[in-house]
Amino acid sequence: MLILECPYCGVKAEETEFHAGGEAHIKRFGPGSSDADFEGYLFNRENPKGVHFERWRHANGCGKWFHVVRCTMTLEVFGSYSAQVSEPPQEIRDAITAKRPGWCWRDFA
Amino acid sequence: MSEPQSALTGTTCDGIAKIREVGLQGMITLRGDLSATEIASAIADATGCALPALREITHEGRNSVSWMSPDEVMVFVPYDEAEATAAKLESALTQVHALVVNVSDARAMFELEGPNAREVLGKLCPVDLSPDSFGQGIIRRTRLAQVPAAFWMTSDASFRVVCFRSVAQYVFDTLKIAAQPGSEVGLYTQANG
Ligand SMILES: [Zn+2]
Repeated sequence: MLILECPYCGVKAEETEFHAGGEAHIKRFGPGSSDADFEGYLFNRENPKGVHFERWRHANGCGKWFHVVRCTMTLEVFGSYSAQVSEPPQEIRDAITAKRPGWCWRDFA
Repeated sequence: MSEPQSALTGTTCDGIAKIREVGLQGMITLRGDLSATEIASAIADATGCALPALREITHEGRNSVSWMSPDEVMVFVPYDEAEATAAKLESALTQVHALVVNVSDARAMFELEGPNAREVLGKLCPVDLSPDSFGQGIIRRTRLAQVPAAFWMTSDASFRVVCFRSVAQYVFDTLKIAAQPGSEVGLYTQANG
């Protein structure tokens, strides 16, 4: 079971207080984009064994969306951060590096 | 005119803790930028309560104000004062982006009382309810079995629990099962030594 911390209300609770919202930092391709970009936006997802970025919602709490980085293999959580950013902040990257040196996920490292 | 009725019209149950549906309770949702001074002063004028900080609840007489999210508080006043209080808040907040709604009839409130009250909630919610971690002045929104709920302490051995009116019967029945006689776990009394 995951223990997540909501960055908005500071509540630390197990995952049943939250709701998973799928992969994080997906760039939207809408009308006017190429078929390949649109297909990628709709269907192509990471499936890593290790570091993974996700969106979660504090569904049974303050209701806010936020980002979580965790390890899909060990369920270790590296940190959570605001939903209002398009890439992870430096302290989150540093926290991952401390545990998983050399990690990379899409364009992030 | 129809007569207002609370969700379970004051139903009670006795087990390892006393459960009581509190009856009609005024509740007003207020959303806006909580750092705006207009909001803090509107709340103080309408209720006498201070604007609660993160995850806190403040009280003044029969009124309370609880933090609900970074941009939302819940105002508790007597049921028959809710309309007037909501109108007062609304007229005080015409110059800022804010939303005030009287949700009294859309919620239900329970009281949970007795030395095992912590334990009853602890069986149902993913929350550390040990006295070291949870005491008066804190509001916690969480999952109560299968539904969202919020609670705070009104004394060392009593809680108020708020849920959506549509799940009031479920919450009452679930609390009743968690409080059935002989079901003490003794977790928090052990922790107290
Ligand atoms: Zn939260």
